[in-house]
Amino acid sequence: MDVFLWVIVPYLCLTTFVVGHFWRYRYDKFGWTTRSSQLYEDRLLRIGSPLFHFGMLGVVGGHVIGLLIPESWTDAVGISTEMYHVAAVGGGLVAGVMALVGMVILIYRRRTVGPVFSATTNMDKVMYAFLGAAIALGMWNTIAGSILSVGGHYDYREGVSVWYRSFLAFQPQPELMGEAPIGFQLHALVAFALFALWPFTRLVHVFSAPVGYLTRPYIVYRSRDDVQLGSHSSRRGWERIDK
Amino acid sequence: MKIMAQMAMVMNLDKCIGCHTCSVTCKQAWTNRTGTEYVWFNNVETRPGQGYPRTYEDQEKWKGGWELNKRGRLKLKAGGRFKKLATIFSNPKMPSIQDYYEPWTYDYSTLTDAPAQEHTPVARPKSLLTGKDMKITWSSNWDDNLGGSAATLEHDPMLKKIADKVKFEFEQTFMFYLPRICEHCLNPSCAASCPSGAIYKREEDGIVLVDQDKCRGWRMCISGCPYKKIYFNHKTGKAEKCTFCFPRIEVGLPTVCAETCVGRLRYIGLMLYDADKVLEAATTTDEHGLYEAQREVFLDPNDPEVQREAEKAGIPRDWVQAAQRSPIYALINRFKVALPLHPEYRTMPMVWYIPPLSPVVDVVKDTGFDAEDKGNLFAAIDALRIPIEYLAELFTAGDVAPVDGVLKKLAAMRSYMRDINMGREADASIPEAVGMTEEEMYDMYRLLAIAKYDERYVIPAAHAEQAHSLEELGTECSVSEYGGGQQDLFGEGSGSPVPIAVENFQMLQERQTADSLASPADKSSRVNLLNWDGKGTPEGLFPRRSDDEEATP
Repeated sequence: MDVFLWVIVPYLCLTTFVVGHFWRYRYDKFGWTTRSSQLYEDRLLRIGSPLFHFGMLGVVGGHVIGLLIPESWTDAVGISTEMYHVAAVGGGLVAGVMALVGMVILIYRRRTVGPVFSATTNMDKVMYAFLGAAIALGMWNTIAGSILSVGGHYDYREGVSVWYRSFLAFQPQPELMGEAPIGFQLHALVAFALFALWPFTRLVHVFSAPVGYLTRPYIVYRSRDDVQLGSHSSRRGWERIDK
Repeated sequence: MKIMAQMAMVMNLDKCIGCHTCSVTCKQAWTNRTGTEYVWFNNVETRPGQGYPRTYEDQEKWKGGWELNKRGRLKLKAGGRFKKLATIFSNPKMPSIQDYYEPWTYDYSTLTDAPAQEHTPVARPKSLLTGKDMKITWSSNWDDNLGGSAATLEHDPMLKKIADKVKFEFEQTFMFYLPRICEHCLNPSCAASCPSGAIYKREEDGIVLVDQDKCRGWRMCISGCPYKKIYFNHKTGKAEKCTFCFPRIEVGLPTVCAETCVGRLRYIGLMLYDADKVLEAATTTDEHGLYEAQREVFLDPNDPEVQREAEKAGIPRDWVQAAQRSPIYALINRFKVALPLHPEYRTMPMVWYIPPLSPVVDVVKDTGFDAEDKGNLFAAIDALRIPIEYLAELFTAGDVAPVDGVLKKLAAMRSYMRDINMGREADASIPEAVGMTEEEMYDMYRLLAIAKYDERYVIPAAHAEQAHSLEELGTECSVSEYGGGQQDLFGEGSGSPVPIAVENFQMLQERQTADSLASPADKSSRVNLLNWDGKGTPEGLFPRRSDDEEATP
């Protein structure tokens, strides 16, 4: 069972994530967008969207630190477990609450503002369910696990994180995850399901974060017959060959 | 010197009757799709008025275009790159749909479905966004012909600027129409605002386009454009804009708006300009100097030096020739009667306008004086400060002198030509009074009054060798319909686009410029029945007769 849940399912999800993105980018560049609904409504969006997104950036950053950096490294730099714990829980709570509140505002907006609701696809709804569940479970783990110590103390940096790094290194140690509290297990499973859904949702816009904007020249010039004709790339099999 | 070619347009506002034919044909051609119901690549505004979207010219509110920073360098008014990225999750300056208008349709079926009843059934307006009943309160030309402007006119940002001098009274009213398309600027702030780099300026003809595959819907272009001529397609989640009908331009046809213009007031042609000078010109400290600065950027296609440089830059010979015949060059730099729209936005716009003399003429006429007399018109131009200042706010950043000069030229042309048309001796002092020769004045009259199709539209086709490869491959338009795809899964608009063939435009051009009713001789025997208007028998529609085959083995 451990092997199925903590080896097979995660790798399947990861494969879907990678291959799915490749496929979506190859065949649906036109559909690759944020699908913003700001045009319809922007009073709630103005509060909810930055809250959610900046919160999520914090959450993602926290996960990167927590999952990818081994405890031995932080020990070596001289960060004690207590210091780390306080920073992680503090930062995690702030970012998590921001993301959660932002998301509640955004979902409320999505449900109550007519045009926004009618522009919501089924895939959006499924995605929101998984994303919401992942955030809620994550918050539960932080609050119940680290602050209230419900069900005893659990140091994820010696369990979940090690498993995650072993998973990324293709040397999975499923037993580590099997020992983790149910909250962490559910959080990981929901997150992997979200990764599998990712390429088929509007979440793809995460990978077009426009950091190149900081370095490119302001005005872009393009030759008419540079790479393609018109403003779309050619359909497969219809590319120009004389260049 | 880095010489580049720019496809440009001039509109003669004196001839605009505000019929909206350009808007309607443009909409039929490009934006009659879901997601673009509220989008008008071409719209016609009544001025004074708020415009579309409402008060878009108030850059203190919308922060479009460029401004000079404290060190005198050009910066985006809405903030630089870091600020753009920091506000990417919610664009603080984006107009909402209410600033455009909520698109609607009517529930026509009740007119036929309703049961027998005492009162006539009515078709209620239904929102195209929600499908629910709605109250119509605004649209793209709600204040057409100054309708309702007693209530709304005070919001006109241009009128506000001269408000201390004007108490708007309807007895002293003046009115004209302002058709607007994308300006295809030399220094486009929309492109500079785009985080994804999806908006680009074509090297060959300077047309500004949105790469629909690269656009990620960050919406910064919409607030970045001071003319608010980039629109958000709310179904596909991508930005769309006027394409200067590039598939038509590439085969030498004018844009749809120009082609269908009832007043024939639009001119299309090439301008050669020095790309190295654009930034310097846009950075001109004095706003009043921007019009002259932009004129300085343009190059004289008759100058041998310029021709040599153009050859080096790879601009084809026929393009340089087209630039020499360009009506745009004549109107902007030779006669100097065309002015840019809002040069103070520092985007170096390339759709210019000949300001209307008619408000002045009308006033003179109403007072019973001779409205074709130079003296009367000149005196009126000097006296009617409010309309002139208003025009100056639109076209020269508030500098009255250039507008004054243009209107006097137009007035001089009126009275000079009247003498000729009445069979009287032409009065050489009239052109002289506005600094023109008699010949120049007559040429200007010809171009403004009777220029034919091929004089108004001097559009060199994209290259023959290129045109051949364009054919059948299909150029895809940024606003083509998108079929297929998993609509429910990814949202509308996903999937592969359906290409539009240049062939269609080639045939259209041949048909419109041909003298005979025959089919094109150089085409193979393929028939596009959609293009066949019933005239003649296109080759390939019927099998060849046997005697034809003998004639052409």
